[in-house]
Amino acid sequence: MTENVIYSINGPVVTVKDTDAFSMLEMVYVGNARLIGEVISIKKEFTTIQVYETTTGLKPGEPVYPTGQPISVTLGPGILRNIFDGIERPLEEIAKESGSFIPTGSHVDPLDKEKLWDVTVVAQVGDQVVGGDVYATIPETDLITHKCMVSPYTKGKVVEVAPSGQYKIDDVIMKIETEKGQIVECTLTQKWPIKQPRPVSKRLPISMPLVTGQRVIDTLFPIAKGGTAAIPGGFGTGKTMTQHQLAKWCDADIIVYVGCGERGNEMTQVLEEFRELIDPKSNKPLTDRTVLIANTSNMPVAAREASIYTGVTLAEYYRDMGYHVAIMADSTSRWAEALREISGRLEEMPAEEGFPAYLPSRLSQFYERAGYMDNLNGTKGSVTIIGAVSPQGSDFSEPVTQNTKRFVRTFWALDKALAYARHYFAINWNQSYSEYVPDLARWFNKNVDSKFLRDRQELSSILAEETKLMEIVKLMGSDVLPDDQKLIIEIAKVVRVGYLQQNAFHPDDTYVPLEKQLKMMEVILYLYKRGKEVINTGKPIRLILETGIFDKVIKMKYDVPNKNLELFDEYYKDIDAAVASID
Amino acid sequence: MSLQYIGLNEINGPLVVLDHVKDASYDEMVELQCKDGSTRLGRIVQIEGERVVVQVFEGTNTLSLSNTKTRLLGHPMELPVSKEILGRVFSGAGKPIDGLGDIYAEKSMDINGQPLNPVARVYPRNYINTGISSIDCLTTLIRGQKLPIFSGSGLPHNQLAVQIVKQAKVADDEGKGFGVVFAAMGVTNDVADYFRRSFEEAGVMQRVVMFLNLSNDPIIERILTPRCALTAAEYLAFEHDMHILVIYTDVTSYCEALREFSSSKGEIPGRKGYPGYLYSDLASLYERAGIAKSAQGSVTQIPILTMPNNDITHPVPDLTGYITEGQITLDAELNAMGIYPPVSVLPSLSRLMKDGIGEGYTRADHSDVSNQLFAAYAHVQDVKALTSVIGEDELSEIDKKYMEFGRLFEKHFINQGFNTNRSIEETLDLGWTLLSVLPKSELDRIDNAVLEQFYNHEKAVTQFGLSEDETIRELQQAVDNG
Repeated sequence: MTENVIYSINGPVVTVKDTDAFSMLEMVYVGNARLIGEVISIKKEFTTIQVYETTTGLKPGEPVYPTGQPISVTLGPGILRNIFDGIERPLEEIAKESGSFIPTGSHVDPLDKEKLWDVTVVAQVGDQVVGGDVYATIPETDLITHKCMVSPYTKGKVVEVAPSGQYKIDDVIMKIETEKGQIVECTLTQKWPIKQPRPVSKRLPISMPLVTGQRVIDTLFPIAKGGTAAIPGGFGTGKTMTQHQLAKWCDADIIVYVGCGERGNEMTQVLEEFRELIDPKSNKPLTDRTVLIANTSNMPVAAREASIYTGVTLAEYYRDMGYHVAIMADSTSRWAEALREISGRLEEMPAEEGFPAYLPSRLSQFYERAGYMDNLNGTKGSVTIIGAVSPQGSDFSEPVTQNTKRFVRTFWALDKALAYARHYFAINWNQSYSEYVPDLARWFNKNVDSKFLRDRQELSSILAEETKLMEIVKLMGSDVLPDDQKLIIEIAKVVRVGYLQQNAFHPDDTYVPLEKQLKMMEVILYLYKRGKEVINTGKPIRLILETGIFDKVIKMKYDVPNKNLELFDEYYKDIDAAVASID
Repeated sequence: MSLQYIGLNEINGPLVVLDHVKDASYDEMVELQCKDGSTRLGRIVQIEGERVVVQVFEGTNTLSLSNTKTRLLGHPMELPVSKEILGRVFSGAGKPIDGLGDIYAEKSMDINGQPLNPVARVYPRNYINTGISSIDCLTTLIRGQKLPIFSGSGLPHNQLAVQIVKQAKVADDEGKGFGVVFAAMGVTNDVADYFRRSFEEAGVMQRVVMFLNLSNDPIIERILTPRCALTAAEYLAFEHDMHILVIYTDVTSYCEALREFSSSKGEIPGRKGYPGYLYSDLASLYERAGIAKSAQGSVTQIPILTMPNNDITHPVPDLTGYITEGQITLDAELNAMGIYPPVSVLPSLSRLMKDGIGEGYTRADHSDVSNQLFAAYAHVQDVKALTSVIGEDELSEIDKKYMEFGRLFEKHFINQGFNTNRSIEETLDLGWTLLSVLPKSELDRIDNAVLEQFYNHEKAVTQFGLSEDETIRELQQAVDNG
């Protein structure tokens, strides 16, 4: 084995000379410390390997060991509640083993091998099974039942099963005899290469929204279960806050949160907050449905690239069990920068702004792993991908934002001016869009109210109208406008401040059910309607503003608790009273 | 280990190339001995078989292909540390330059450090009272945070940093266990001297470690300077449980040094010629702020950077902003108006403040006040833009109030002077008084109950001597009528 030795080292890139022992994208161990690496190019003379850890201290002449497998993750019970690095090494275990700092070359098993799980075996001897079939179930957390599935592409007859009981993850639960007569042992885990999407039987049309409880998203720019969304925004516009809010409140069954090249303190915050936060629907801690992948910005750059794939592979695994999974990737720009950095080290010809020419294809491969799927075992599940984008210099024309825009169907553009005014979410309603509204119309009409989409349309018309009017106001002041246009500006203010702006730290306002969203819209539109009537009778708008009813409506988001939605009826009376008082 | 290589193969800027080197490891230190007997340090940055590229810290002046002997040292760049480093002055590469001799080292630490495990971090919540209203109220500094100052040429960022050190010390348990690590990267002698004098005047010099790489020092050393400084900071914080404030200036010079170095290596440039890995490189500095569960101490960073041409979208401030937990932005216009500190409130931000303020930390109404001040001041900017088109006379009544508020806010709240130290109560009360200049109905970010408690229009009127005010007229009438 000594012929495979390191020849050159340049940052995270090492090469091996004159060998044909490696295959493309194969995982290798590099050096005496057995650092994890991946083969990224093979030429006749050189094999190039990117190393997922820092290469300080590595010497030429040290061995490189092939593993014969692509970079894979271990899938099995114990993933939830855990926090991993970019290549599925559990950070808690690393901390136990090595203290506060992460050393290089640590080899910790991804999942706890000693823990006993309560396994209910559902397969029986004689069953014909194919990939995806469930052979055992395990209560992984209070919320989630883990289903052990036959690895895709495996097919055969069950020849042996263990009785239900307590098992460790590496215990053999079932043996299958394939058509060729091979015996396949199934434990509680399976391996899957991170860069290969897990197979499904077919893609289903988008039909359900991912309800987030965030008004500007649910109402104006909804995202579907199985959909894709991008959140671009300069620094300080609240990308991470938005991702956190979605991870906390969206109605997915499982959340995969990938901190890719972001701040260490943020991951600590997610970790702490999610342990304390209780899911309103199940009354269990949010960690019960969450898995975190942390590759902070000071961790090795190559593992940053892997972290995105690791995250989406875990998501697909739970989707195969029939769950709705949402994956938050914060931020995909850091991933793109990792690609650029590695590409630069390989001296590849750069395309735009130094990014490699294959950036768009890599982005599309990632986002295409989202979808609402008919799984191999007949269940239905979805993977929703929400990726943050950090455009350089807040310039949306840069390559990552532009290319991402082509592959996502929901675009939540965060705006610096709104963030400066502490208008959160700082989602700019003129630049953002969602292509899912027509797909979701049936669901909204059936499950909320047919008025929902109609009201939504009216709200966005008001906002569009306001944008137009503001052009005039900016030039000449608001006094020159006729009263009916002033009313639009005032109502738009109610929509902006009272509806779109949402306070993540207010106990009621942090999550708003769709029903309340609808009622709030109805009240605002009623106010608009009555306001128009007053103005049509020739009375000045000043009179209705002085009644204070606009301010009252703006504050209804705080004044009406989520539990007492009947309080909204009072607002109609108040509006009527205010209008009556003018006469 | 004592194998020496005579001669070099190639010299290119700060890089030298050696051939036929055996057993070199990546990132290893080398010592180069010149003809005159002096030694220089270098680091291996690339290995290709037996061909090794070395970056020489002190520059390659007078080196020739034949007059140099090279020795491999067998370890990566390390900084000798002990508690003695407090009060000492070092060069950018960590050599003592104050004439007091070498450090008697307790241990040597790799200057590149290792990433702090997110599960071993403590989420920072303890706020640092800087005594500066615009920072305490609006962009609260939290212990363990990295909060850079985005500045420009000619702005008083150095004074601000000194004021923070001076006043933060007072608030922090009378300065027990408090230390400052100061790193100068490519700043002038005057600036370094200013910091030294100010630390002496503030009586903290015994608690300061200085690393100086001045503008005429070699650029390669500049790349090491912040790493040495942060290693010293981590040592003091995590092994001696001290609260360390790291101030380093100027990050822009650091990045330029990195660019120069990168282009001499012949790397493919990213934006504006900076190397593609600038983000990762800056992150390897900034991310070394924080608090570890295993120790009582903390590392708080205040990097200072001058934005070239005051352009916040320039790669250096841009990438910095993506890594750090907020920023304090200084503004030339406010500075020209004589306002000190000229903190430009709207683009300034502290990401960690939301969890470190309010009940139990500062005061329950803190977040309300700061949100409302931000919102109101943001509106002031809109009104100002409008004013420049239609003139102030044409503004609506309410917008005139906003203009008034804006002026008072800048004059009384942002402006406070180098020697004024305001407590958090004073700052928040001042915030309320300013908000009370506006009619109550405009304060839409605040819960009614809180508003009732703190809103006091009369106080605002008397404190700021507002005239032609309805309230004052009504009051006057009431008095007149007995």
